[in-house]
Amino acid sequence: MSQVSLRRLVKRFGAVKAVDDVTLDVREGELVALLGPSGCGKTTTLRMIAGFIAATEGQILIGDRDVTHLPPYRRNTGMVFQGYALFPHMTVAQNVAFGLEMRKVAKADIAPRVAEALRLVRLDGLGERMPRQLSGGQQQRVALARALVIRPEVFLLDEPLSNLDAKLRLSVRVEIRQLQQSLGLTTVFVTHDQEEALTLADRLVVMSQGSVQQIGTPEALYERPANHFVADFIGRSNFLEGRVTAPGMFRTRGGLDVAFADTGASPRDAGVLAIRPEKVQVGGEAGPNRFPGTIEFVTYLGAATELRVRLASGEAVAVTRPNDTPAGDGAVAARAAMPGQPVTVSWPPAAALLLAPPAA
Amino acid sequence: MIVSLRRHWRRATLCAVVFLVYVFILTPVIFVSWISFFSNEIVSFPPEGYTLRWFANVWEQRVFARGFVMSLQVAAIATVLGVSLGTLASIAIVRYRFPGRETLNMLLLSPLIVPGTVAGTALYIFYIAVDDALEWRLQATLEGLVLAHVMLTIPWTVRLVTASLVGIDRSVEDAAMNLGANRWTTFRRVTFPMMRAGLVAAALFSFITSFENLELSLLLVGPGRTTLPIAILQYLEFKVDPTIAAVSFVQILLIGTLMLITDRFVKLSRVV
Repeated sequence: MSQVSLRRLVKRFGAVKAVDDVTLDVREGELVALLGPSGCGKTTTLRMIAGFIAATEGQILIGDRDVTHLPPYRRNTGMVFQGYALFPHMTVAQNVAFGLEMRKVAKADIAPRVAEALRLVRLDGLGERMPRQLSGGQQQRVALARALVIRPEVFLLDEPLSNLDAKLRLSVRVEIRQLQQSLGLTTVFVTHDQEEALTLADRLVVMSQGSVQQIGTPEALYERPANHFVADFIGRSNFLEGRVTAPGMFRTRGGLDVAFADTGASPRDAGVLAIRPEKVQVGGEAGPNRFPGTIEFVTYLGAATELRVRLASGEAVAVTRPNDTPAGDGAVAARAAMPGQPVTVSWPPAAALLLAPPAA
Repeated sequence: MIVSLRRHWRRATLCAVVFLVYVFILTPVIFVSWISFFSNEIVSFPPEGYTLRWFANVWEQRVFARGFVMSLQVAAIATVLGVSLGTLASIAIVRYRFPGRETLNMLLLSPLIVPGTVAGTALYIFYIAVDDALEWRLQATLEGLVLAHVMLTIPWTVRLVTASLVGIDRSVEDAAMNLGANRWTTFRRVTFPMMRAGLVAAALFSFITSFENLELSLLLVGPGRTTLPIAILQYLEFKVDPTIAAVSFVQILLIGTLMLITDRFVKLSRVV
């Protein structure tokens, strides 16, 4: 059963389509991340679910209820805002109690529920503080408690980690995920940070210019991007432009003949091959897709090293290699890459994915 | 060495300027307060002695007491009306986009820049015209005076409340609605408390502006209904003795107390 359904949702601001025909089903207890660059319509979509923005066309269902035309205060969603949006003139406990008061919960029941919510986010004992007396991370947790205490049908998060520093962001991320899973919360999460989305979400919705590019699990999106935009936005890809010459064979502009995994799709005339840098090998055993080139640039990334290899055809390919040998190992020196060094790169046909060329 | 010397001089100059500014502002206040206790009728230095009889004289001159009550009344009503109307206008100006928004803003602030006597004369003529056309007497009545003072107080409210509204994060109101508060409850429980500081400051400035207004009121009061500043002016036409200083001292005390009380609820240094 799906808890949130968006059916052909459209939002126009004047002539601009901010959200263009978005259809999405969020299952009960699932965490779905809306991901995309700024201006892609992800926040507008979230605000439409919450009811702050009226949909121009389409339907929004929460549970079995059509909420498309309901004001935010009749929707029973719990939202965490980017800047937390705590009530500055109320104590932490009053902030958390606000939603319960609005729901006319009996006075005697409010205090224990507030205390429970604060314990859930590990803020017990801070109920009497004012929001400005708390750190950013603590304020964030008050915002979580305030949204959770009302037991919303949908939990909405609008870039909740963007105001935290990098270290804190990681721990809060884990915390949010654990809370969401232990409470079985149906959650929609907006972010522009792909790493955040990949690590947190059950499923991702990649958006660009108001429309959905692809919906899928993190693995599906990374391994089988539906189009050039997704392949480029999620992780990194090498793109080789060219044309399909025979089933499973592709000739790049520079004249390389590349074998790729033929998915049975009819060979399109022009296309793009997307190849993940970590799936390209330097050297490697004999096989198809072996091309000579020269190392142009070396970037040390800590856990990995990235090489930029200029192929004989004139095309450049990025290759990442894990730095998985212990320091001081003789193999390190042997493998050390230097700019100008001639190498052979190769990749298995299955690593090359045929996509439609990007829209100009 | 030279740098530190220069910095030292800069600091010294700053301190001197600040000191002079304070002297400039506070000297009249201190002298007025001091003179109100002089025992000699014609003000001269040094005083021959000290007395409280000028305060007694203030009390005996019923015109001051009546003027005081009148001013209090006018200022209180004008403040309530001006702050209510000005707040609604500010909400419209800050929250909504409509044609003529900027013009409205300018119009509401304009009483600040029109000289009081000019505005007073204009209102005088306007009130006569209203009386002619609608048989509604405003000239030399309490209503007329209050309306004129409402006009004086609105710019203060619009300025201060607009500033506090602009500073409110809209997502806080969104959060309230998300938690189940309808628009009215959101305003009452969230927006209003967040703009309270601006409202208190607006009320205070409105009250003071109205209470001490002379130029505008001078043209709009009728016989037997004068405000305190006018009573003081009229007294001065015939007599110059420390009674005036005593009246002023009482007024300074009143306004000072008002500010101190306000400051307990809202830190004035933060809103003005």
